[in-house]
Amino acid sequence: MNPNFEVKELLEQNRYFIEKPSKQWILKVVILAIILGIGLYALVLQVIKGHTITGMRDNVVWGVYIVNFVFILGLSYAGALLAGIFHLGRVEWAKPLQRILKLITVFALIIGPFYILLCLGRPERLLNLFIYPRIQSPIIWDVTAIVTDLIFCIVYMYFTYIKDFAMLRDITENSEIYTWRNKMYKFLAFGYQDIPEQRKLLNQALDIMAAIIIPTTIIAYSLLAWLFGMNLKVGWHSSIFGPFFVLSAVYSGVALLILIMWIYRKKQKLEKVFTDNHFLYLGFSLLVLSLFYGYFYFSDYITDWYNMQKTYTLLWEKYFDFSQYGFPFVISIFLVAFLPSIVIGIPWFRSVNSIALTAVLSLVGLWMMRYLMIVPVLETPYLPIQDIRENWVHYSATWIEWSLTIAGIALFALFFVFVGKLAPIIPISEMLEKEEPEKLDSYDSKDPNLVTST
Amino acid sequence: MNTHDKNDNRRKFLKNVFTAGAGALAVGTSTLLAQVNEPQKTTKPVKEKIKVLTTDGTVIEVDKPDNNCKINPCTPQKGIEARKGIPGRSFVMVIDLARCKNARKCIEGCQKGHDLLPDQELMKVYLMKDNPESEPYWFPKNCFHCDNPPCVKVCPVGATFKRTDNVVLVDADRCIGCKFCVSACPYSARIFNWADKESYASNSPDYSPETQTPSQHSVVSKCDFCPDRAREGKLPYCASSCPMGAIYFGDKNEDAVTNGEETLRFKQLIKERVGYRYLEELGTDPNVYYLPATNRMFPYERGLSDLSEEKKDILLKSISK
Repeated sequence: MNPNFEVKELLEQNRYFIEKPSKQWILKVVILAIILGIGLYALVLQVIKGHTITGMRDNVVWGVYIVNFVFILGLSYAGALLAGIFHLGRVEWAKPLQRILKLITVFALIIGPFYILLCLGRPERLLNLFIYPRIQSPIIWDVTAIVTDLIFCIVYMYFTYIKDFAMLRDITENSEIYTWRNKMYKFLAFGYQDIPEQRKLLNQALDIMAAIIIPTTIIAYSLLAWLFGMNLKVGWHSSIFGPFFVLSAVYSGVALLILIMWIYRKKQKLEKVFTDNHFLYLGFSLLVLSLFYGYFYFSDYITDWYNMQKTYTLLWEKYFDFSQYGFPFVISIFLVAFLPSIVIGIPWFRSVNSIALTAVLSLVGLWMMRYLMIVPVLETPYLPIQDIRENWVHYSATWIEWSLTIAGIALFALFFVFVGKLAPIIPISEMLEKEEPEKLDSYDSKDPNLVTST
Repeated sequence: MNTHDKNDNRRKFLKNVFTAGAGALAVGTSTLLAQVNEPQKTTKPVKEKIKVLTTDGTVIEVDKPDNNCKINPCTPQKGIEARKGIPGRSFVMVIDLARCKNARKCIEGCQKGHDLLPDQELMKVYLMKDNPESEPYWFPKNCFHCDNPPCVKVCPVGATFKRTDNVVLVDADRCIGCKFCVSACPYSARIFNWADKESYASNSPDYSPETQTPSQHSVVSKCDFCPDRAREGKLPYCASSCPMGAIYFGDKNEDAVTNGEETLRFKQLIKERVGYRYLEELGTDPNVYYLPATNRMFPYERGLSDLSEEKKDILLKSISK
């Protein structure tokens, strides 16, 4: 790995970011903006008419919105976790992935919380969370965690951008075409000149941020899991929820990383950057994570099933009843727990495209698993639901919820489309750095007296 | 036509009443103002006194409360005051399952009293069957006003709170509508105000968590044990509208519960009739007790007779599981 890149070569490959917007690019933006617009229209309708136009009712009080919230925050936390681990582990081959991971983290962390706001009946009273906070509520834990994480992740992402901004500032210096860009880069580079002191400081800062980010994300996502785990609800009230959430987050994060890598590789011809090896390594990670997921799920299920407690049985019957959740359950279990083993595990099926397809299908499967983890549980309270109103008994999302879901994906894509114009999608200067041998016993070279005395 | 006339008559009547009321109010205010202006006049009206026993065993004389007022202050409390609870009280409810025939009068009374929509039920009546051999029974269920309430724990803004008199209330002025409490309650006791209603008003100065009226859109609502009615010495709407007297309401500290017809010793009742609390094992410590449906007054089928076929199907299917 670690091919010796040249600045010129890399920039040549990544010229798109500095070029004038092509027609294709504008078209992309327009389409995404239209989808976003439909979502905004749905949002306005929901604000005016209230939650009655969604599929949510007294039993299933949170529907697709909370599924999206959990799923998108999972992607975010996974991005940060992987970026931190790759950085601290000095994983050479993962260097080109760093920027994508951080972008996933920050964008998802911006979009995700919108979905919890959509669950609020009175979003205009959001400030009550800060005026009358009650620390024993998991929602307050979550708010704290998300805000903390958002600040850390933005700072971390910005730190990793500094070297590139400095490089771009130097390149666009004296250029007559890129005057405003040069000013922007000058501002964003924060006076970084790549002198040894600055470099040392920045590298230290990056190490510290990576070390902070890893526990922060694990804690934050566990807190999110406890939003469910702390409920006295059959199917949620389980001690496995924290670790299980973290695992599924990493799983979905790796899958999304593969997908985004694949898109850039195809679109921008980055075969030299996102090599076959990247797909292979991440594909194998996906395979291992899928097996872990299957193991966690099975261990959660078998303990519920073995004793046949009444409400648990009622819940599990719904998953195996093909007139209720049977099909989605079987399909999603296949997608998340078995498909990677088949496609990536068997060499005959294994290719860049097939790995990318598996990643997409795993993402779909993971989203469905989250849905199955939340909605059927809410439909199975201790007291039976004896209601004649069908939509009170069974949840089905309305177009409002679906269009806002798709709008979230569009916004995510739109962020990527725009950020691609700001700076290259790969951390060029980071990739150009040569690995310096690190010294552990630093004192013996500094202080010869110390060595002789011992 | 006939109904029109009736309506007109009623309107005229109401108009007269209101004019009379407004007149009386005007006179009342002016006299009140006059009193305020002349504080020297200390000819206080002599109030009737009653003797009461204090907790430390001494007899004291206090003013006899006005008309129906049993607990001072008599009006529903608002804001911070509504969070305190009525001192010395420990409200409790006992529901005699042997008497319930699914007349649904408790639901209707509650809906009327709390200005609810026809599909909003703070009190629900379930058809339950404990095991395959036992006879089904009707199970009225409101909020259990737990001593360890899962809903209060999870509320991020303290909009729902536990009072010293056992009551768990919702302050709709503060509720952000996150619905976490709805999902946290293991007894499905909470409802959300989904559909819009004309009488919904936000931050109305008349709003009191004790009455939950005027209600608001997109916030959580629940059974409130009617502490405003307790202040007037009345039973909650559900208890007073039950034709069978199945719902007893009272005070644990006084060790008395009543359904309006008979007053019983709470502890003795629970002891003798083997009263239980639903899902005791969850550790929520409810304040609603049930008396098992033994020696019941009606067969459970009686409650099915007024229901639609659809509802009947759902109920019978639910107990066959």
